[in-house]
Amino acid sequence: MSTEMTTMNAAEELLGEAPSGLNLDKAVRYGGLLALSMIFVSLVGMVVGLDSRQILYWINPDVYVNHPGGVGISLGDIALFMWPLLLGAAVGNEVVLEGMVGRKRGVGDLLNGFVVGAVGGLGVAFMTMLMGWDREVDPDNGVADYGLRDPLVNWNEELYILLTFNRGWAFALWAWPLVGGVLAAVGASLRLMPDGIRKAAVAAVVAIVSVSIFQFLVDDLFEGVGETIADPGRLSNFFNDDPGAGRERVDSVFDGLIEFIYAQRGGLRLQGVILVGVAAAGLSLVGSYVTRGRVTKARKDYFDTPLPERTKSTAALMVLVSLALLILPFFTGKIVNELLANVGIFLLLALGLNIVVGLAGILDLGYVAFFAVGGYTTAILTSAGRGDAWPDWIPLFVNDGEPVLGGWLVALVIVMILAALTGLLIGAPVIRMRGDYLAIVTLGFGEIIRLLFLSDWLSGYFGGAQGITNIEGADFGPLGTVTGVNPRSVFYLVIVFSAIAIYISWRLEHSRLGRAWMAIREDESVAEAMGINTVNMKLMAFVVGAVLASFSGAIFSAKVGSIFPTSFLILVSIIILVVVIVGGMGNIMGVIVGSLVLIGVLGGPKQPGLLQEFSEYKLLIYGALLIWMMLKRPEGLVPNVRRSRELHQDEFLQDAWLKGEVDTDDEDGEVATEVAPA
Amino acid sequence: MNDDDKKSPEFASGETDVATTETGEAPAKDKGNPILEFRNINTHYGAVHILKDVNLAIYPGEMVCLLGGNASGKSTTLKTLLGMVTPTTGEVVLDGEVVNDKPTSYRVERGITMVPENRRLFKRLSVAENLQLGAYLRNDKAGIQEDLERIYSMFPRVYERLSQKAGTLSGGEQQMVAMGRALMAQPRVLLMDEPSMGLAPALVQTNFELIEQIHQEGIAIFMVEQNANMALSLADRGWVLQTGRVVLDDTADALLANPDLRKSYLGEA
Repeated sequence: MSTEMTTMNAAEELLGEAPSGLNLDKAVRYGGLLALSMIFVSLVGMVVGLDSRQILYWINPDVYVNHPGGVGISLGDIALFMWPLLLGAAVGNEVVLEGMVGRKRGVGDLLNGFVVGAVGGLGVAFMTMLMGWDREVDPDNGVADYGLRDPLVNWNEELYILLTFNRGWAFALWAWPLVGGVLAAVGASLRLMPDGIRKAAVAAVVAIVSVSIFQFLVDDLFEGVGETIADPGRLSNFFNDDPGAGRERVDSVFDGLIEFIYAQRGGLRLQGVILVGVAAAGLSLVGSYVTRGRVTKARKDYFDTPLPERTKSTAALMVLVSLALLILPFFTGKIVNELLANVGIFLLLALGLNIVVGLAGILDLGYVAFFAVGGYTTAILTSAGRGDAWPDWIPLFVNDGEPVLGGWLVALVIVMILAALTGLLIGAPVIRMRGDYLAIVTLGFGEIIRLLFLSDWLSGYFGGAQGITNIEGADFGPLGTVTGVNPRSVFYLVIVFSAIAIYISWRLEHSRLGRAWMAIREDESVAEAMGINTVNMKLMAFVVGAVLASFSGAIFSAKVGSIFPTSFLILVSIIILVVVIVGGMGNIMGVIVGSLVLIGVLGGPKQPGLLQEFSEYKLLIYGALLIWMMLKRPEGLVPNVRRSRELHQDEFLQDAWLKGEVDTDDEDGEVATEVAPA
Repeated sequence: MNDDDKKSPEFASGETDVATTETGEAPAKDKGNPILEFRNINTHYGAVHILKDVNLAIYPGEMVCLLGGNASGKSTTLKTLLGMVTPTTGEVVLDGEVVNDKPTSYRVERGITMVPENRRLFKRLSVAENLQLGAYLRNDKAGIQEDLERIYSMFPRVYERLSQKAGTLSGGEQQMVAMGRALMAQPRVLLMDEPSMGLAPALVQTNFELIEQIHQEGIAIFMVEQNANMALSLADRGWVLQTGRVVLDDTADALLANPDLRKSYLGEA
C-alpha cells in the first residue's frame, strides 16, 4: 500500500505538478486508523488504568496535593493522545526516491495532519456519543450504569468522564475533532521544521516522557553512580556487596537533583520538565553541530567496508562493548541489575533456541521443558527443601543451610548431562517429523514435562504445586555467592554463560556442523542427498539447544531461590520464540537486541521490565509488535543481510536499478539478481 | 556423440581406468563391472507398488538416460539408487556390494551424487557455502580447495558470485552452482533429475553442453529427463519406464529409431 503511494507521488513529481500536500484519501485513511487506535486503547483499559500514574505536573504538586488529576499529564493521557501526534507525523511520511528532490512542504501538510486528527477525533467522539446513549443514571444514588458494560469491561463511567472531559458527550462531539485535529497538525508540523529544530523538539519530548516513565530507572542509575562517586571504597567489597543486609546507603551526590526534578508521588515537576526538555534539546542541537554527520558517515564507512576488513573494527567494537558491560553494574543500582540478570537468563534461552530454530530450522515449541529440567535438577541438588522421596545417594550440596563451595558447578555438570539425555529422549521420536507436526508434538512434550513436575504422583520428588524452595545460591568462594539477593552477582554469572553461548553460536555458524544445519533448514531432502545424516544432525541441534536452556534454568534456580511449575508455562516457550523472531532469526546480534528490547523493556513472562506500568498489557504489546514486525520488518530488528535482501527483494532491486548496480549485460540477457522460480 | 577417451583424475577415482570408449553402439558388457546396479528391484510406497522388477546397470564413464511419463517411477528410481527409499525386494549393488541397508551418506561417499530436480540450491546460503556443502563428506582440505578452483575455472561466473546468496542468481547460474555443488562430492556417477526442467529454452541447450562437458571428465551420468530427444541424442543407452516397469532397454540410437517411442515421447505421429 505504501509503496503504491510512493510511486504515485513519484509519478506526480516526474510530471512536474507541484502537489499541495493535501492528500485527502490518505488523510482519511490515517484518520480511520487513528480512530481505531484510540478506541482500542480506551477499550482495553489503558486510558483509565494508567490515568493514576502521573507523568508530569503543570503546577507544583506539593501545593495541589488534593487535585492529582487535572494538574498534569498522566500515563493514560499519553497512551491516548500520542496517537494523533504520531499519526499526524506519519501521514506526511513519503519516501524520497534517490536522485529526486523531495516535495516542498507547506501549509497543505498541516491541513493534511488536521484532517487525520479530525477524522480520528470524530471516531472517538462517536464512541462517547454511543456511551452517552447507553448511559443510565440511577435516579436514587446518581450512579451511572452502562448496558454494554457486560461484554466491554472498560465501557464504564471513568472512561466516559475522561473521554468527554467531564462535560458530557455533546461537548465531546465538537471538542474531540478539534483536539485531535490540532494535535495531529502539531505532529504534522514536525515535517515543516528545519532538520535541527525538529530533532531537538523530538529529543526534548522523548526525553521528558522517558525520564518521567523510567523514573525508577533514573533513580536507580543516579543512586548507583552517585554512591560510587561518593564512596569509591565500596567497590573493593564489590562481589560480596549485599544491599539487602547490613550495607548502609551512602548518600548519593545526585540526591538533590532527583528531588529537584521528581515529585514525591512520582512524575516530573514543572521545573523538571523544563530542565530535562531544555537539556535534551540543547544536547541534540550541540551534538548535531559538533558531530556534523560524522557519526552517520562513520556508520556508512563501516558498512561499506568489505567483510574481511570489517572484522577488525567489529572485533574492536566487541571488545569495547564487552568492557562497558563488565563495568556497567558498578554504576547501576539493584533494579537495573535485576533487569539485566533477567535479560541475561532469557538471552541464554534465546541463544539456545536460535540454534534450534534459527540454524537448524526445527520449530520447537516445547523449549521451556529444558529450562525446567535445568531449574529442577539444580533445585534438587542444592536445596535442603527438596522432596523426601529422593534416596540418600543423590548428592545434596548443602551444608548446615549453607551452599557447598563449587556445589553449584558440580550440579551444573549433572544438569548438562540430564538435559542432554532429556533432549535425546524427547528428540528421538519427534525429530523425524517435519514442520508443523514437529512443532505440535514438541508443544505436547513441553506440557508433559511441566505436568510431571506439577503432578501429585511425583510430588514426593518435585513438590507438586508447592515446588521446591530454599534453593541455595552458587558459592564461588572468594568471589562471593550468587543469589537473587545480589542481582549483580547473577548478572555476572549470566554474562559468563551468555558469552560462552555467543561464542559457541558464532563458531557454529561458520563450521561444517553449522552449514549442515543450515542446509537442513533450507531443504531437508537435498541436504540428505548431500550425504548429511539429517536425523542425527537435527537431534544434535535439539540437544545443544537443550543444554543451553538447562544452563539458563540452573542460573534461574540459583537466582530465584525457589521454583514452581508455574515458572515453566508454554508462555515462556512462546516468549523466547518471539525474542528470536523479533530480534532476527539466525542472527546472534539480533537475539541480543531482541532480549534487551522484549525482556529488558517490556519484561519477561513474569519478570517486570522497564515499562512496569504496562505489564498488564505486555502480551498485547508483544502481539502488536509481532504483527507489525511480520508486516514491516519480517527479517527482525537486526536483520541478517541475507534474509533482509531476500525479503525485500523488490525494493532491493529497485534501489539497485536506481543506482545502476544491476548487471544488465548478463550474457543470458537476464537480470543478474533475478529471483529464481520457487 | 563424443568418443573422447578422456579421463580426469580430479573428479573421478581409480575406477575410470576401465575402458571408457563410447561408440554409442558398444554393448555395455565391454565396460567392465557396473558401478551401480539394480537387480530385480521392487519398491513400494505403503501398499502401492511403484517399481516392478527393475533391472538397471550404470557402467563407469557412460551416459545413460531414463525416460518415462508422469508417475512412471523415475524419481523413485533415483531415490532408491541414492538410498533415500529402501526397496522391498531386490538388490541395489554398488561396486559389487549390496547396499540396500546402507544410508545415503555411505553411497555419496562412494561417488554417487545427485543433482536434484529444479536445482534446489540452498537459496539463503551463499554460493560458496553451497559448494562447501557439496563436499560435506570429504575431509581432504587440499583436495576440496583444488576442486573448488577447478569449478571456478569451469564456471567463472560462479566465482564472481561466490559471496552472493544462491537464491538471487539467475536460472543459468543456479544450474552451474548445482552442477558445481554435485561435482564437489567427487562423483563417479552423477544422477540428474530432470536437468532441463524449469529452464528457459535457450538455457536448455547450454545446460546439455554443460552435462556433456562433465561427462568428458569421465564421470558417468544417469539422467532422468522429459526432453527425450535431447537426452537420447547425448546418451549411450536408455531405458523407458512405464508404470514402474522397464519396457524398453536399448542403445540410444535404437531408442531414437523406435517407432513406438517416437510416437509416445517424441511427439510424432
